[in-house]
Amino acid sequence: MARVGIVICQHCDAAYQRRRLHHGEVAYCERCGSRLYSRGRLDVDAMLALTVAALAVLIVANAYPIVSMDLSGSQREVTLLGAVLVSYDTGVGFIAVLSALTVFLFPLIQLLLLLHLLLPVRLNHPVAGFVPVMHVLRAMQPWSMVEVFMLGVLVSVVKLTSLSTISPGIGMWGFALLTVLLTLLNHFDLDQLWDWCVGEME
Amino acid sequence: MSAAIDDSRVVTAAQLGLMRCDACGLVLEAPRQARCANCPRCGAPLHRRQPNSLARTWALLIAATVLYIPANLLPIMRTVSLGEVPQSDTILSGVVELWVRGSWDLAVIVFVASIVVPLAKIAILAMLLLTTGAHSRWRRRERSRIYRFVEFIGHWSMLDIFVVALMAALVRFQSLADVTPGPGAAAFGAVVVLTMLASKSFDPRLIWDPPE
Repeated sequence: MARVGIVICQHCDAAYQRRRLHHGEVAYCERCGSRLYSRGRLDVDAMLALTVAALAVLIVANAYPIVSMDLSGSQREVTLLGAVLVSYDTGVGFIAVLSALTVFLFPLIQLLLLLHLLLPVRLNHPVAGFVPVMHVLRAMQPWSMVEVFMLGVLVSVVKLTSLSTISPGIGMWGFALLTVLLTLLNHFDLDQLWDWCVGEME
Repeated sequence: MSAAIDDSRVVTAAQLGLMRCDACGLVLEAPRQARCANCPRCGAPLHRRQPNSLARTWALLIAATVLYIPANLLPIMRTVSLGEVPQSDTILSGVVELWVRGSWDLAVIVFVASIVVPLAKIAILAMLLLTTGAHSRWRRRERSRIYRFVEFIGHWSMLDIFVVALMAALVRFQSLADVTPGPGAAAFGAVVVLTMLASKSFDPRLIWDPPE
């Protein structure tokens, strides 16, 4: 039997009475200090808008070159997927696959699934495949690493400035913006969707 | 403030006969007999604690530690420039090079992300496994906090992998220079993934569980 109104700390097993939070409030566990549950400042409308914006920015970030480099007269531009293909060809396929998954595929799937969840929630429709979508989102979240990639872009630019002239491309600004948008989206407590969606179905 | 935690004030789910679904957070009455029940809301298998958490974490951690050696000894990047001796960079020599060139700020960032973070993760997880295996009551709140810290910083070590991939793509097939990723990069990528999996398979509730 399910018990409503009780929350259990996932990090230390302490049990508490659940209390309704105001926007922007977070409940922490008294014993181990970890986050129990939260109510974000953003509502579903804002989340939906951010998701759509992030999807558009993701397309731009991947379609345009991240940096272009001027080496002895020849111009060279590189996009994320171009970089992935080149490092695949050079024999260390593992890092190419790792980069493609963590910087391109996982963020893309994450955003598409969020859109798939939030759009029906906003329109008060039932979500198709709600349970598997939530499971995939939860599993994918820690493996999406756009912010780390952004820092990697900066480090490589500095490393290469001694070799040639490097100029940032549109893709780089795209990834910078995508980092901000995904950080905002990751603050959303997905668990509250469980309560809305399945709770109402029963 | 947290030096002595009044444990008696906290009621645990185990004492109430309740449990939490790891996947969706639903609170349930713990099933008495059925050992492998599924969550009625999301269908995920229910566990009171993650099964074989300590053994799994040890296995992943040892694998990561072993791979950490080639990750640091083998080159992660080879640079061939016209008129210069071909150069092989390991993680550490890449940091030194950034420092020597005067970008000390980035040298510090890469040093922290590629050397301090993986080593700290391995050391902290080993400490957590040892103390938890011994049912130690030593500084449980701090151990809980440092575990969350390890979870939080885990993926930042991927930094060097992205740097290698980008540089290879930019400099490849140029007339003056060529950069190719080395086998150290693959080993290092595996270390990052394995330590992330290790910290995920560790069940922090075991820190607080009373000895049976």
